[in-house]
Amino acid sequence: MFSYVMRRLVMLIPVLVGMTLITFSIVHLIPGNPAQVMLGETATAEAIADLEESMGLNEPYLVQYGLYISDLLQGDLGTSLRSKAEISQEIWPYIAATFELTVFAMLFAIFIGVNAGIISAWKQNSWFDFLAMLFALVGVSMPVFWLALMEQWVFAQELGWLPAYGRENSRDPMAPITHFYVLDSLIHLDFARTWVTLKHLILPSIALGTIPMAIIARMTRSSMLEVMKSDYVRTVRAKGSGTFLVIYKHALKNAMIPVLTVIGLQTGVLLGGAILTETIFSWPGLGRYVYEAINYRDYPVIQSGILVIAFIFVIINLVVDVLYKLIDPRIKY
Amino acid sequence: MDKKDKNEAEQLTANPAKASMAKDAEEIEAISPWKDTLRQLRRNKFAIAGMGIIVFFILLGLVAPLLTSYGYEDQDLVNRLMPPSAEHWLGTDHLGRDIFTRIAYGARVSLQVGFFAVTGALVFGSLLGIIAGYFGRWVDMLISRIFDILLAFPSILLAIAIVAILGASLQNALIAIAVINIPIFGRLVRSKVISLREEEFIMAARAQGMKNGRIIFHHILPNSTAPIIVQATLGFGTAILEAAALGFLGLGVQPPTPEWGQMLADSRDFIQLAPWTLIVPGVSIMLVVLGFNLIGDGLRDALDPKMKNS
Repeated sequence: MFSYVMRRLVMLIPVLVGMTLITFSIVHLIPGNPAQVMLGETATAEAIADLEESMGLNEPYLVQYGLYISDLLQGDLGTSLRSKAEISQEIWPYIAATFELTVFAMLFAIFIGVNAGIISAWKQNSWFDFLAMLFALVGVSMPVFWLALMEQWVFAQELGWLPAYGRENSRDPMAPITHFYVLDSLIHLDFARTWVTLKHLILPSIALGTIPMAIIARMTRSSMLEVMKSDYVRTVRAKGSGTFLVIYKHALKNAMIPVLTVIGLQTGVLLGGAILTETIFSWPGLGRYVYEAINYRDYPVIQSGILVIAFIFVIINLVVDVLYKLIDPRIKY
Repeated sequence: MDKKDKNEAEQLTANPAKASMAKDAEEIEAISPWKDTLRQLRRNKFAIAGMGIIVFFILLGLVAPLLTSYGYEDQDLVNRLMPPSAEHWLGTDHLGRDIFTRIAYGARVSLQVGFFAVTGALVFGSLLGIIAGYFGRWVDMLISRIFDILLAFPSILLAIAIVAILGASLQNALIAIAVINIPIFGRLVRSKVISLREEEFIMAARAQGMKNGRIIFHHILPNSTAPIIVQATLGFGTAILEAAALGFLGLGVQPPTPEWGQMLADSRDFIQLAPWTLIVPGVSIMLVVLGFNLIGDGLRDALDPKMKNS
């Protein structure tokens, strides 16, 4: 197992180098003078020269890339052109916000998706199976941003049940400790605030989690159908075990192997979808951080934001691969 | 008829079951795999429904000027945010533009983006996949690492990065969507080519002295088409979703050209006043993507018998 993890880590190196090459190129592939584009058409020649000097844009590409890597290895993600703050300092609350949203969206997707898939397989060809799979099919085809807007319209604006924007009540801001607001409110033992924070999480989590939920439901169903036909499940049934026990204790374990891969892959999709969901719900996460940076042509933030998201994505995939091997030792690489 | 054939004919006459089997075998042989796939597709109600949806939107886009007397740019501020009526079938938007007209012309944009982005990804991805899978060694190493790197980014994020570099326009959105889909096709084709490379008919072609190009285009490519077609069909839906997402973020097609994602973005401030401005473009995107997903699922079932019962 150790050697496998080490091998996967070594294989990660070229991918990480490639990722830095792409994010490094973002500034250098801008048509025209990058400093001019970043500062806008009205920028003075002096301001352009200053920015070129501070970002090292006058150096040869190789030197610039070397400096970029050296900064990254020291944890320096650059300075935001808009806020003038160190990106490595200001990015953490955004990472925490996206992480919290992604975790809740994934929990929603896994809980509903896996159970819907199990019941569909168990009651194959029933009305529940038909409806669940129809919903899953529609769910996969639905634009996440449309679903988010529909939720906002129905549940926030028309019914007024849930908040439409933000992470918390803006009139009563939280004193953050970890920047994971649910956790912070629990640390403060302020359960009323926990409820408010959870209410803010419901709509964006459902919007973000719907597509993965649909995919997980479909995968669980097909995987369960296959496992339920296997000899060992028939044997367990013949021994007189109840359906619930057969499904949740025996069949699910094997059926979950392909589902786990889908869950891993979907976590990446969630990170991408977070850009759209966060924009709609004014969720102060990484996606919105990058999106706003694009509008302000804040290229250092675009570079670092994209690199951080991709890095998290790669690490999640690595963890899923390792978990995959842990769950099913028959898998050989 | 020689003696052997005569004996066989006698046996078949004596054994009707065997005769029936032989007849079936002849019929099976007479049907090509593609005809069989089409026959199975025709039996799949979901795939037929998917085709119906796509044909509807293609026709809507093609005959848009015949269906509406309004132009997609025509503003009528007096009649802004009007609900659906006989005059405006799907209502009007915040600038008084006819939503049906914009949906019909928007179908052209969405389907074009889907077509060109998928074609671009398919051509470049397949080519790279074939080169990697067929030549192996360092070429495979290099191309596979490029695929890994591109897949290391959440796809929409990479598309946003590309548009952020090139600037927001329909053409750049198209390039971005094609680029993010290249590794998906590339990996698929590569794995297929690797499995085909060791087949006897390829070895025989090599032994005959056939050149690499001829082996690739005459033997490997035709045998890899099934998974490519399935992926291309499913990829159409994904590409349209990605284009709509870029449009929604203001990074795709620029106004006044109608694009469904951008129409959704425009509707944000008027959801309560005019919910039809939100519902109609969203349903259009969903239906087109659903249509391609249904056809893709049907094709996969028809081309991969293992998937039929799942």
